[in-house]
Amino acid sequence: MNTHVSALRITSVIVLDQDEALDFYCGKLGFEVRDDADLGFMRWLTVALPGQEHPQLLLELPGGPHQDAATAAAVRDLLTKGALGGVFLTSDDLHATYASLRDAGVDITQEPVEQPYGTDFGLRDPFGNHIRISQLSGATDEEIEQRYREQATSAS
Amino acid sequence: MELSAREDLNRRMLRARDEMDRRYAEPLDVPSLAALTHLSPSRFGKVFREVFGETPHRYLQRRRVERAMALLRRTDRPVTEVAWDVGFASLGTFSRTFSAVVGCSPSEFRQRAEVVHAPTCFVAAWTRPRERTTVSEKQPAVGAD
Repeated sequence: MNTHVSALRITSVIVLDQDEALDFYCGKLGFEVRDDADLGFMRWLTVALPGQEHPQLLLELPGGPHQDAATAAAVRDLLTKGALGGVFLTSDDLHATYASLRDAGVDITQEPVEQPYGTDFGLRDPFGNHIRISQLSGATDEEIEQRYREQATSAS
Repeated sequence: MELSAREDLNRRMLRARDEMDRRYAEPLDVPSLAALTHLSPSRFGKVFREVFGETPHRYLQRRRVERAMALLRRTDRPVTEVAWDVGFASLGTFSRTFSAVVGCSPSEFRQRAEVVHAPTCFVAAWTRPRERTTVSEKQPAVGAD
């Protein structure tokens, strides 16, 4: 089936304070603002990584007219419990990224760990969203398969 | 950022749960976890259950069993070593807890398990055993397995 869908352009990340989200996603993670517009009914705020126009993260508040008060409260409740989605990023110097975020006081949920596909670590944004940052080794699928097998053997 | 009292409590409890995820193999130190949430140790357990639907002890059990399942899938290490690696001090407690949570013994699980190749955090989250039966919560201390 060819739907002609060709790229991921914008995805929404629910945040509870857009200024604090900017401080985190731009000030700490290194994103840049792509759009910051007061549309009256909402602040349209998107960020993307340097050198990239897309994909963008729409840093969106819960509680628009499409959500009643109870729904918005439920979204906020789930977000602060860590039960909403997450963002996967890559780094070309994972340990430098980790040190920078750790030193900035970000909530680290897992220190860098070697994986068959590279190295990665976990963190949360100030609102509870889970973020995972990886440095991929560039290994092929076959090489990754082999590393899983070697991992099993070497651990025995 | 303005949070309601409930949201602020959620966020603090999530911080404590993340700490449990990070240090799952260590004896659970309720006072230090409670300190992360600015709650008393006695209130910590009650609020944790209100927010996440299970006690800290039970959450830690499922976290440890999930890690044990990963080691059983990926390695051929002896079950005793797996038990120690994920924080159980007793093979008997490990086997009993594993069976109660997963529904089969660690050895039986290993025989039918398949290695899953996906980002580790997703595998951990989605293969963590769900609540299926009651495991005794009578242990006086969480880390006293």
